[in-house]
Amino acid sequence: MSNFFLYLGIGLFTLVLFCLYRGTFGPGVLNRIAGICAIGTKTLVILLLMGFIYNRVEMFVDISMVYALLNFIGTITAAKYLEMRGEV
Amino acid sequence: MSIHQMACIPFLLGGFFFFVAATVGLLRFPDFFCRLHATGKGDTLAVLLSLIGLSIYEGLTLTSVKIIFIAVFMFLAQPTSTHAISRAAMRSGLEPWTRKSGENK
Repeated sequence: MSNFFLYLGIGLFTLVLFCLYRGTFGPGVLNRIAGICAIGTKTLVILLLMGFIYNRVEMFVDISMVYALLNFIGTITAAKYLEMRGEV
Repeated sequence: MSIHQMACIPFLLGGFFFFVAATVGLLRFPDFFCRLHATGKGDTLAVLLSLIGLSIYEGLTLTSVKIIFIAVFMFLAQPTSTHAISRAAMRSGLEPWTRKSGENK
């Protein structure tokens, strides 16, 4: 079962690399924000899988919760800033 | 390996499938709004399926209750952030892609 979690984590890491292309070269600020938000969502699941691989879930679940909160607040802040500034 | 540990495998594979679909949409769609459409819905469902599968694997402990709490929070937070950023794009004057305009933005 640990091997299954490991392969799932490797697959999610590959998807993170593909999302990083959109976060790096995406035309405009908004595409970059969308890519970074997708990366944060995948990282949350990868952290929980790491917890199950290392048998330390009760520690990694708190890190994952904080990561979800930070991802949400960061995206909301960026959207608010861009809306107030009035240009993209 | 007991039966409830086997039962998490379809949830995790379904979540991984929706992650793949959302990433393909993020890479291949022609416009910012189309990309946000793909990642907003796909990632929400994928995170929900993955976290439900992991909490089934864990069993009934405080950790699985925390994992369910993360799932509920992401189910509320992901559409909210998607809506906020698409409203910011709309108000700052980004035109949606149509078949006539034709080029990537």
